[in-house]
Amino acid sequence: MSLHLWIIPLLPLAGAAINGLLGKRFSKALVNTIALGSTGLAFAYALWVTAQFAGMPSSQIPYIEQHSAWITTADFSVNWGFYLDQLSLVMMLIVTGVGFVIHVFSVGYMEHEGGYYRYFAYLNIFMFFMLMLVLADNYLQMFIGWEGVGLASYLLIGFWFLKKSAADAGKKAFITTRVGDFGFLIALFLLIKHFGTLQYEGVFKAVSAYPVETSAGFLTAIGLLMLLGATGKSAQIPLYVWLPDAMEGPTPVSALIHAATMVTAGVYMVARSHAIFDRGPDAMLAVAVIGTLTAIFAASIGLAQQDIKKVLAYSTVSQLGYMFMGCGVAAYGAGIFHLMTHAFFKGLLFLGSGAIIHSLGGEQDMRRMGGLRKYMPYTFWCMTIATFTIAGFPPLAAFFSKDGILWKTWASGNHILWLIGVIAAGMTSFYMFRLWFLTFFGEYRGPTPETGAHAQDVDTRHAAHTGAVRDAQDAHVTSGSHGHGAPHESPWVMVVPLIILAFFCVISGWVGISEAMGGSDRFDHFLAPVFQAAAPVAATGTPPAHESASIELLFSTISVAAALVGFLIAWFLYYKRTDLPAKIARSLGGLYTLVLDKYRIDELYSAVFIKPLIAASTDIFWKGMDRGLIDGAADGSAAAAQEVSDEMRRMQSGNIRSYAGWVAVGAAVVIAFMVWRGVR
Amino acid sequence: MVPLSYYLILSAILFACGVTGFLIKRNIITIFMSIELMLNAVNLSFVAFAASLKALSGHIFVFFVMVVAAAEAAVGLAIIISVFRTRETLNVDRVNLLKL
Repeated sequence: MSLHLWIIPLLPLAGAAINGLLGKRFSKALVNTIALGSTGLAFAYALWVTAQFAGMPSSQIPYIEQHSAWITTADFSVNWGFYLDQLSLVMMLIVTGVGFVIHVFSVGYMEHEGGYYRYFAYLNIFMFFMLMLVLADNYLQMFIGWEGVGLASYLLIGFWFLKKSAADAGKKAFITTRVGDFGFLIALFLLIKHFGTLQYEGVFKAVSAYPVETSAGFLTAIGLLMLLGATGKSAQIPLYVWLPDAMEGPTPVSALIHAATMVTAGVYMVARSHAIFDRGPDAMLAVAVIGTLTAIFAASIGLAQQDIKKVLAYSTVSQLGYMFMGCGVAAYGAGIFHLMTHAFFKGLLFLGSGAIIHSLGGEQDMRRMGGLRKYMPYTFWCMTIATFTIAGFPPLAAFFSKDGILWKTWASGNHILWLIGVIAAGMTSFYMFRLWFLTFFGEYRGPTPETGAHAQDVDTRHAAHTGAVRDAQDAHVTSGSHGHGAPHESPWVMVVPLIILAFFCVISGWVGISEAMGGSDRFDHFLAPVFQAAAPVAATGTPPAHESASIELLFSTISVAAALVGFLIAWFLYYKRTDLPAKIARSLGGLYTLVLDKYRIDELYSAVFIKPLIAASTDIFWKGMDRGLIDGAADGSAAAAQEVSDEMRRMQSGNIRSYAGWVAVGAAVVIAFMVWRGVR
Repeated sequence: MVPLSYYLILSAILFACGVTGFLIKRNIITIFMSIELMLNAVNLSFVAFAASLKALSGHIFVFFVMVVAAAEAAVGLAIIISVFRTRETLNVDRVNLLKL
């Protein structure tokens, strides 16, 4: 029986093609129908596939569907194919489900923006590539999706491309991830060299023959190179710098691409390649260490940011760090579990912040928010759920997923990593509640609609936010009818997605309640066949669950306590004594500025990598190599030819007698030659 | 009987005269006559060899050369007349329209 998996990615592609090529003439309703229809159908089809998958005997899993050949050579070939197992099923549902919800939200959010059809075409093409990435049955096809989502990300970050910061952020994202892609590509070359195939099935089968590497060998190398690729795409140290800047894009894009789906591609890739990482303990440790460092580093930057989206961006980087931490201690199930819950709560947080920004006419600075609880009750309640979720309060989703990661980190013996993780969890709780209090409590600190000057101010700021990019028919948007004077609740088309995601924030954790807490850890067991498939024999020593149940509960309590501490500090500083934060900031002085400036990592990279690179490109490669050597050789040979022909020209004098003379001389030479050689 | 080498030496002298005339003279008519001289020098070699080797083909060649020379004279003189009509000179150094 064939599931025809190809339909799922192809639906959004068709939507993108129709909207992208013809959408300029379409009405908004038609653009909506096509974009939402194709995504919705893809989601519906994914649900049908899920139902079929549930009925499959385990012998048929992974279900592989191969279509036409793509690359065929004598000893290496790649097919177009699709691969469905528990892991790609989960990813497929997240991408189509959350993707559809965010499409719906975008209808409201982008209502007043120009380039409406373009936005949805990009969003659909992102869906296509992301589905190719998660459903591919070989690494090369995954790479196509991998690069494709990077392209979609670039296009959407730079959506308001007339704004220089947006265009720059798009380029930064694209170039930074390229650095990681280079590592991924080399890893693929190594796979071809050692196994002669890129099909998952073939690679995993071949890898199974190898034992765990005791000293670093080629499997470790492949793992480390893949990790480099993952750090680029999933914004880990050292390549995380692009993600905060990616917030220049429309907020639903931040929610879909830079929180819920694309940035998790690296986690998916590590989990998918678990057979390789399992056999390279050094690569594995690198994953865990990088994940943990990123988690605390990004969380600490998030403490001081003033821009609501920047806080969420650093929070995303930090949460991705947790996922890597999980994968790095071989708790892939926990990592993917957190990936899923994160898709819900971070998607919700971004959409909520988008609703706030939309309602305030483009204001992103939390210092000019406050008191929004009264104006936007639905958004407030949804954001509240999301905030409590990410902070890790039971019984919300992230409590179970984050706790699973932390517990398994401790159980695997990495006690220091666990400690850092818990501290980062406390920080997470603090900065999220800081955001919550600053945004929804206290008095509204933004400009009031009563005074004309302020209203003018709001309108101009809204215009800036809208961006100069708008088609002519949309030019009316900033005026009157949709007054942005006072904060207001969003239209239902934006509220409903929030409620749906909030619902999943609450319940999605329940599928993975661990045994220690009286659950059955069904999510982990569901994914287990994937991660046991090609696992090395020695690595099956999981901690004995029942004996450590009470310890596990203790550790959960510690995590919740950390979250509670973060909450209390935030409550004290940003609700009870709102005068204190400024004083603390002043007394910290340089340290506070350093954190506010994101540890000046961008400046460091600029000085160490970017400026020398630009200087070398300009002086050596452009002026030296290109203009000096290559242009010099081309221009020089042309000039030489001209000089020589200018001299040769004089031989053709037009004088008949000189021609005759040359003929005579030539004849004489020929005769002399013949005489000399004795030729008759 | 005159030896073959005499004829050949005479032929070479005539040919050299033709070449020299061709190179140093400016008048087209003279140049034209120099060409005729060279052709006839070659003809002389042909008949000398033919007589010496008792072969007929040398004579045949000479007839061909004479026919070609006659045709060339007709066409060449026509060109010369035409050149003289347009340029009013027979000096070849002045006939240099194709010069760069």
